[in-house]
Formats: sequence, structure tokens, C-alpha cells
Amino acid sequence: MRKSTLFFAFLGFLAIALVFAATDAAYRRGRSAEHLRSSSVLVRDLALTDLCLFSEARYTRHPSQADLHTPFQDHPFALEHFPSGSLLTPPAVLKERYAPVD
Amino acid sequence: MIELEGIRKVFNEGKSYALTAVDGVSLTLEARKVTVLRGPSGSGKTTLLSLIGCMARPTAGRIHLEGREITSLPERFLTGIRRSTFGFIFQQFNLVKGVSALENVMLPAYPLGGDHGRLVMRAHKLLDLFGIGPRAHSRAEWLSGGEAQRTAIARALINDPAVIIADEPTAHLDSKLSGEFMEMILRLRDQQKTVIIASHDPLVYESGMVDRVVSMRDGRIEGAGT
Amino acid sequence: MRPWIEKQRNILDFTLSSLARRKGKNIALICVYTVLVVLLASVMFFTHALRKEAVLVLRDSPAMIVQRMVAGRHDLIPAGYADSIRTVKGVSAVRGRLWGYYFDPVVGANYTLMVPEVFEHPAGSVVIGAGVSRSRSAMTGDILPLRGYDGQLSYFTVAGILASDSELVSSDLMLLSEQDFRKLFNLPGGVYTDIVLDVRNSREIATVAGKIVRLLPDTRPISRNEVLRTYDSIFDWRSGIVVVILFAVALAFVIFAWDKASGLSAEEKKEIGVLKAIGWETSDVLWLKFWEGTVISLTSFLAGILLAYVHVFLTPAALFEPVLKGWSVLYPEFRLLPEVSAYQVATLFFLTVVPYTVATIIPSWRAATIDPDAVMRA
Repeated sequence: MRKSTLFFAFLGFLAIALVFAATDAAYRRGRSAEHLRSSSVLVRDLALTDLCLFSEARYTRHPSQADLHTPFQDHPFALEHFPSGSLLTPPAVLKERYAPVD
Repeated sequence: MIELEGIRKVFNEGKSYALTAVDGVSLTLEARKVTVLRGPSGSGKTTLLSLIGCMARPTAGRIHLEGREITSLPERFLTGIRRSTFGFIFQQFNLVKGVSALENVMLPAYPLGGDHGRLVMRAHKLLDLFGIGPRAHSRAEWLSGGEAQRTAIARALINDPAVIIADEPTAHLDSKLSGEFMEMILRLRDQQKTVIIASHDPLVYESGMVDRVVSMRDGRIEGAGT
Repeated sequence: MRPWIEKQRNILDFTLSSLARRKGKNIALICVYTVLVVLLASVMFFTHALRKEAVLVLRDSPAMIVQRMVAGRHDLIPAGYADSIRTVKGVSAVRGRLWGYYFDPVVGANYTLMVPEVFEHPAGSVVIGAGVSRSRSAMTGDILPLRGYDGQLSYFTVAGILASDSELVSSDLMLLSEQDFRKLFNLPGGVYTDIVLDVRNSREIATVAGKIVRLLPDTRPISRNEVLRTYDSIFDWRSGIVVVILFAVALAFVIFAWDKASGLSAEEKKEIGVLKAIGWETSDVLWLKFWEGTVISLTSFLAGILLAYVHVFLTPAALFEPVLKGWSVLYPEFRLLPEVSAYQVATLFFLTVVPYTVATIIPSWRAATIDPDAVMRA
């Protein structure tokens, strides 16, 4: 077989696999309501505000509830948690000025 | 038939190391004949060959191919003419390394995009014609000198050109292979091809298969040739 | 049209033969290239899907949470504050929330203890998240001891495990009754961790927040909007490690392209000369270089995003675990919804395929335009 034919066949195989992946994704998204339901119910009932991503520290477990002082805990030299501290930027709302300068 | 009118070729024109390789050559090459350009190295025969074969443009002068003036054609047309009219056999053979003999033979036809199956058949036939059919799938660098030479000839013929141009074809060959080469040239002439060879090898220019010898020296033609 | 396609196939044939000359090197190149694409694509897919899911899941967060601050710290809030808040117009469903953290020395994990509004199980039982269940190997019916404020152990029976589908929000949760919670942490009645409320008209949230702060100056209201915005920028490309990864990958791509772009070897130049001498046009040579770049980069790109998809969505992003887990012993099993944006895929394509292919073509430009007779004279 010609080399170019082989190559196109290989690309075709990859393309088909990607189509499968896309179909799988669409299928899962179609079932998303079900997947999200258990989470949504808990969020509603427990009034949850954060995802359980990093449970090392208060401000990494509940970043939306943290204020400017929380990461420093007892003193400003308190070590930041790695790597979650570098993956979570401070909540946007904390970076805004509290009062207009002018 | 190829007509050369007042051809001049200067390399690095305008610079202090400018070189006039061909200096005012006028020549008519007959079709379906074997012509040899003879002369020492530096006589300009290789340059003249490349000008005839549309590989380069002359600094001055005109070239007519079957009555058609080709010196002023744009590159694309020139390449098209070169591809369909001329087949080249280089002094160093210049086969592409790492690629099979078969593919080497097919290469000049690749840009034409014709029927692939037929191209493969044609290539095989040519290799068989020169007795190297079994070596078709060997890599170019594994071929012996003689086999490489025949592959180079087969490559020159893949597009069925009317004119074969060979530059010092026997330079790397022993007497036996040189003789075989000249016999292949005869076969080509029998197939109505025009052959132009540049050589300073007596085995070539004194061969009985040659129709005409043109002597060159210092970029000019000596005498009228036999 | 047909001859053009055939011509391209021919050129591609030669490209593949040419690449096959250095089979080992080129296969290694494709492998490394693919790994880079997998890394980059995985990060893109993971962060995008996580952000999307966060927004979807936290849609039902309470409209507002009110915290009380003492000396810059989040402190307990008296029930009386809830009564004051109820007087604010537009507010509804005001209730106190009880929740806190518990450090489990046995496994070194932090749990979040919460009291649901309605706890249907008898006193002395807990409902735990899947992560807790995994780290303590606790199933329904097992006993979990918790050490209270006085150092004494209290024993709780596991009454149920929260659905693994909800792990993203519940992995480290422990739900228990109000009495048990107050007893465990010695919290008197009448104080809560914070207060949550609903605002009838969502456009009034900011106004309501202002009123609450004026009413109760030591409080800090947090709106649902702010909660969602927190997760908008999670894993953002600006955040620490992601920047490092992106930078490293970009650098690797630059190195590949540089290697290609830094000119042709004498051998490559000669080969181009030979091709031109036997009848290839300049454009044919450029197509050759184009295919050379495309074969490698396109293969790596397609294989890379395929593998990245499998990695992020079909396995729970296994490669990221050591990075994301950090110190936390509990690690949720990420079963994310496959949300892939076409924008990301396009960005990946332009980052991986285009520069490499261009870097293969450009340096050959010069060589491709030389007069073929240079080969004759060589």
C-alpha cells in the first residue's frame, strides 16, 4: 500500500476516535442533569458555597468565604499551602477597591 | 532540434571574481543524434549543458527548442518544458539517499500527478530494461556504482523525454561499465532520442556510436566539429 | 483537481519515505510532541470543565451569606442578628448555618462538619462524603470516633454515604444533628457559624447587602455572585502552576520550531537541489516541506487531544493528582462533565500545528528557489 494511503488511514483512525470522544462527551452532557442533580440538591439543602477541591486550609477549602486575612492565619509569615495556594487566585471581589479613590 | 545563438553565461556578474563560463557560443544540435561536447574541465561544457537543458538562463543570447524561443519564458513554463523534454544524468548520479531505487526513478514524475499505478509499472519496466529489476526496493546508497548509474539513467527516462543530457557519465566508471554505458546510449538513439553528452573521456568521444563531436575550450567552440 | 490531489499524494509519499529514513528520531519526536500536547490539552480541558461545572453546581448557592468579623477573623454570629436581618425589606428564608472543621489525626485529613436544616437520622449518627468514607474505610453501619472540645471521644454511627456523583461538593463532608454538633464543639444555643438568606429580587442583592452592613456593622455579606466569581478564575492561566506549565510547554514548542527553523544542513540543501534538477518546481519543494511539518505536528495534535480527553474525562485526571492533592489527604474523584470549547481546541491547533509547520517551510524557502544548475556544477 502506498505510504500516503497508510498515513491517511492512520489520520482517519484518529479522526474516528475523536468522533467517538465527541459522541461520548455529548452523551454525557445529555445526562448532565442527572449527574448534577445530586450535587445541586446538596448545594441547595446545605447552602453550600464551595467546591471540595483542597481541604488543607480554611481558605483553600472555602475560598469564597475567605477574606484578606484568612490565608495568614496567625501571623503574616504563616506559610502558604502548596500547591493549592498557587492554583487559587484570591477571589476577585477581594481585589476590588473598597471605595472609589476619586 | 536545438539552436543556440550567441550564448554567453557569466557567473557573479559585476563582481571582481566574475567568471565567463560560456563566451559567445552558437550551435545547432540535431535531433535524434548523439552529440558529444568535448573539452578539458573549465571549458564550459557543463555550463552549456545546463543552459541547453533549461536549468539556467544565459546572460546573453537565445535558445530555440524546435523553433520555439525558450530563453525568455517564466520559470514555471521553463520547468514544465524541462520536465517533459529533458532527462538528466548527472556526473555524481545524485540519487536521493535513504529512498529506494524505484522511488528514485519515479521522483521526476511525482509533481505531474498522473496515474500512480501506471507510474509504478513504468518505473519497474525501466529498471528491468537496464537489468536492475531485482534491486528496485533497495535503498539508493546500497547500490553498486553500475547499478546506481543505471538507476540514474532509468530516472532520466521516466517522463519519456525527447532529449537525454549526460554530464561526464563515465567519470566514476571503469572501462567495462563505460562500454556498457555507451551501448545503452545506442539503445536510446535507436528509440529516437536525442542525446547530448559532455565528456573528456576518449572512450566516449571516440566511440563509434557518436554522431558528432563539438570541441570546446575556454567557453568557446573550437572548429566546426565532425 | 484530480492531478493536484495525486500530486499531493506523491509528494506525501516522498515525505514519508524521507521521514522514515530517520525512523527512530522522528518517532521519538512525535512521542514527545504528543506528550506536550496531552499536557497542555489536559490542563485546558480540566480547568475549563471544572469552571463550567462549578458555575452549574453553585447556581443554587444561597443568595447571600452573612459572616460576623471579630478582630479581622470570622467569628460566631448570634441568632439575634438573624432577627435584625429579617427586618430588611426584600429578604426571605433567613436561617443560621452551623458548620466547622475537624482535623482527624488518624489519617491527617480535614473534614467539614455541617448541620443540615433537616437531619433525618437519629442522634449519634453521621452521613459522610465519599472521600471521608475512602480515607477512613468507613461504610454504612461503621463507627467513627470524633474527639470533642474537651478531648473526649464521641462515637458516631455512619448512617449513609453521600452520592459519589456529588463528590465535587461533598467529598469531605460530615453531616450530623444540631445537638451533636453543639455538644462536640461546645457551642451554646443561640450562636451560629453564619447566616444565609434569600433575596426575593436578585437585582436587589447589592442594596440588601448595603442595608445589612449598615444595620450590623461588624458583619460581612457575601453574595452568590461573588461566590461564582471566585470559581471563574480558578486554575486561571495566571495562577501559579498553570503559568509554569504553559510556559514550559510553550518553550518546548519554541525549541522544536527553532531546531527546524535554524536552517537546513548542506545535505538537505543538496537534496532540494537534486529535486529541482530532476523537474520539481519551487512550489513542489515547498509543499514537500509543508507535509514534512504537518505529518509530525498534525499526528501529535490529534493523538494528543484524544489522549487528553481520555485522561481528563474517562480517568479522573490521574496525572494531576499528585499536583493537586498537595497536603490534603482527601482528594475528590473528579468525574467532570466533558465540556470542551471549540475555542480551546482551535487555540491548541494554532499553538501546536501552525508554528511547527511554518518553521519547517520558511528556512527551506531560500534553498527551494535556487537555480537547479548549481547541482550540476557541484
